[in-house]
Amino acid sequence: MRHLLSMADLDRDDIEQILNLADSFAEVGKRQIPKVPALRGKTIAWLFYEDSTRTRLSFETAAKRLSADTMNFSVGSSSVNKGESLRDTVETIAAMGVDGVVVRHRGAGAPHRIAEWIDASVVNAGDGWHQHPTQSLLDLYTATRHLGSLDGRRIAIVGDIKYSRVARSNAIGFATLGAEVTFVAPQTLLPPSLEGWPVKVTHDLDEVMEDIDICYLLRMQLERQEQAVVPTLREFHEEYGLTTERADRLREESLIMHPGPMNRGVEIAGEVADRPNAVITEQVINGIAVRMAVLYLLLGSGLNLVDNQEAVA
Amino acid sequence: MAERERRLAAPPAGGEFQARTRVMTSEDVTRAVRRMAHEILERNSGAADLMIIGLQTGGVALAHYLADDIKEIEGSEIPVGSLDATMHRDDFGLRPVMPEAVTEIPGDPTGRVIILVDDVLYTGRTVRAALDAVHSYGRPAAIQLAVMVDRGHRELPIRPDFVGKNLPTRRDELVDVHDDGVDLGDVT
Amino acid sequence: MSDKTTAIKGGTVIDQSGSRRADVVVSDDGTIVAVGEGLDGDVTLDATDCVVSPGFVDLHVHLRQPGKEEAETIESGARGAALGGFTSIIAMPNTTPAMDCASVVREVIDLAADTICDVRPSAAITIGRDGDALTPMAELVKLGVRVFTDDGTGVQDDRLMRTALEYAGSLAHLSGGQPIVLAQHCEVNALSDGTFMHEGEWSSRLGIPGQPAEAEELMVMRDIALARLTGTRVHFQHMSTAGSVAMIRAAKEAGLPVTAEAATHHFCLTDACCADYDPVYKVHPPLRTDADVAAVKEGLQDGTIDAIATDHAPHTPQDKERTFADAPPGMLGLETAFAIANTHLEMPIENLLAAMSWRPAAIAGIQDEHGGPIADGGRANLVVLDPNTTWTVAGDAMASRSNNTPYEGMAVRGRTRHTILQGEAVVIDGEAQR
Repeated sequence: MRHLLSMADLDRDDIEQILNLADSFAEVGKRQIPKVPALRGKTIAWLFYEDSTRTRLSFETAAKRLSADTMNFSVGSSSVNKGESLRDTVETIAAMGVDGVVVRHRGAGAPHRIAEWIDASVVNAGDGWHQHPTQSLLDLYTATRHLGSLDGRRIAIVGDIKYSRVARSNAIGFATLGAEVTFVAPQTLLPPSLEGWPVKVTHDLDEVMEDIDICYLLRMQLERQEQAVVPTLREFHEEYGLTTERADRLREESLIMHPGPMNRGVEIAGEVADRPNAVITEQVINGIAVRMAVLYLLLGSGLNLVDNQEAVA
Repeated sequence: MAERERRLAAPPAGGEFQARTRVMTSEDVTRAVRRMAHEILERNSGAADLMIIGLQTGGVALAHYLADDIKEIEGSEIPVGSLDATMHRDDFGLRPVMPEAVTEIPGDPTGRVIILVDDVLYTGRTVRAALDAVHSYGRPAAIQLAVMVDRGHRELPIRPDFVGKNLPTRRDELVDVHDDGVDLGDVT
Repeated sequence: MSDKTTAIKGGTVIDQSGSRRADVVVSDDGTIVAVGEGLDGDVTLDATDCVVSPGFVDLHVHLRQPGKEEAETIESGARGAALGGFTSIIAMPNTTPAMDCASVVREVIDLAADTICDVRPSAAITIGRDGDALTPMAELVKLGVRVFTDDGTGVQDDRLMRTALEYAGSLAHLSGGQPIVLAQHCEVNALSDGTFMHEGEWSSRLGIPGQPAEAEELMVMRDIALARLTGTRVHFQHMSTAGSVAMIRAAKEAGLPVTAEAATHHFCLTDACCADYDPVYKVHPPLRTDADVAAVKEGLQDGTIDAIATDHAPHTPQDKERTFADAPPGMLGLETAFAIANTHLEMPIENLLAAMSWRPAAIAGIQDEHGGPIADGGRANLVVLDPNTTWTVAGDAMASRSNNTPYEGMAVRGRTRHTILQGEAVVIDGEAQR
């Protein structure tokens, strides 16, 4: 594995390998000094064209626990605003000798383009509406630690799906591990075509509440309100939010998940987010171990180097 | 030979391990463990403050045998754990992290005497990595090293405190410690 | 006889009157001197196994000058056009500044004075292509403009478009009786703003904001209605959807004054090309579905779509080396148009030539100069085509200053051999002569 661009690039074995590895790295996080020299001497650049404090901090923590050197390409204050082409920007960073580039960009496919241009490993930390693979992996990690195998498990992904890279990533990720994925949203928040997607669709959230093992709520982009894709946020909450009443209808062991940051009172009732079966904080914690596993696999594992005779110690 | 080496020795990296000579029988190993248990107790004036940590993957079983013997001799339960030092190795990248090789440190090592246990001591690099790793859990009062076989060829200034058997070897040979004893052999 | 003559020998002559074996002799005074068997001239061009046709006319070319000369100039664009077999091309007005006033149009005419292809400026319908106020159409018609378009965007305002059609419809007395045509880039902004590709299966999967086919079709529908209302001809640019083709077919059956063109990429590429996020496939209107491609082909085959255009849109590598969303839309087309049409359209070569030569010439009102017929005294604007040669497209080998061809590495069949402009052999055996 050289890059991590899309959940579609990973088969079941790949995902399971990453999740198992994440277990090893989760252990590191519990140590008094939660740091291993695994990526000592490796340099990772953050290339965030879109603000994301949470994802960046999570990646940064992961990299530091692996002893990698990190550098931040701060887009706001950089040449990007001066009209430099993406390729020039990326090649400049590559010229500084980085081993990995973690990219967040508002344009779908930006990480794919970058991966064509440079030798370093590219990790997609979110590209437009397209993909956010490490979010999906940490969601899968969290879900499997609670539920075991996802084969035959039912997950409803609810809300702002059309504009959501998390929904796109998780539809593939959960289906790859054998879960049944249902999208729940009004048509205005669904992708125009679901041809070829491993998902079912319903417009009625109440229809699925008793059946699901996971209720996955997406962040409602409040700025979407300007485009009037739903009449009011109040109505959205009534029809597609996880209200107290709906949460009561979930089975006891069913998980409530959310990629954060939450809009309490919009996609999820404030009280529901704090219930014991809401694993939202755990998702954040697991994000570090999963991203350690990803960075380690891409930059340090040498799993492709096993055919080296020197390896036999 | 630990599981990790066994995997690396498998094609395409290497060949099949062929045992040539049985250098220790299972009885030899049992006696050696017993002796090392006595030596550990003698050196540390008893079992207080001891913590035994087996190195993944070859040292874990031995660590438990040692702890069992110490318990029989001294009557006191000693915390036993396991440690995968792969992430601390200097040749990291050549050896896979194996998720099934769990690290489990039984409590805070600060102030305790840690007995690191491995099956074979060779270049010393695994032990060096393990010394680093242990320190990320706390600051032990002392660390001592117990190995079943010391086959020489050290590349670092590391020496074992307790040895089951000193076994001169060639670099191209492999030593396999298993439940039925210890074999010396080659990769073919 | 003081003028130099060139004999094109051994080919099959095809024009709107049909097909026949004949040699053609042209004079550098710009006329065809003789058509017949066994003719000779001062210079001989071999046309064995080739087709001799009136030169191609492209209704839709972006030459980037003035404003973005790094991507293309009128000179380099005209060179590419001649190499592609075009003897006349209509330059779109979305330059910087836009071709919306006499001074810019004059500049384009001046810059095109000595090029190896006859470059004709179109002009914008509205000032700055902003959709607010009409350009001085009468003045521009007097400078020679026959095609008005805001290409790159459609005229959104219904009332303004109606006014433009009515006004343009009353300018024929300034153009020597040649019709003035309003050409529309059909795209309803309300449905297309912030989109970068066709909306459907692929846009959904790729997470790229898409525009539905209806963004184009709604404006086609409106302009058909306005053509009915005003009686002025509307030319529909780069038709890309099955719905558009069907509406134009019905409008023509109803006898309405509409014509249409299709761009080469819209009958051979689909939105699936965008799968790797390569912006070379980003274009407006966007690449559509297999069904749309089939409908466009059918429209060309049955004549619903009158003309093949290139929508040649050069962009520098640095402009395309961005994300799909950030890169500008457009792709090269001049030097590949005939080969792509010849490779991908299952239609008789006579019909293909009609769509690339005499029908677009008539739409642009330049049929006296271009598009044949090939007969004594006719204008010597010709192309000699080898329809059977196979070659591989390479952007870097093109005359264009840019290399954003979507056909890179693609094997195609059919190539321009010679191009004759005003009796002068400007391209001989695929080489530009000046």
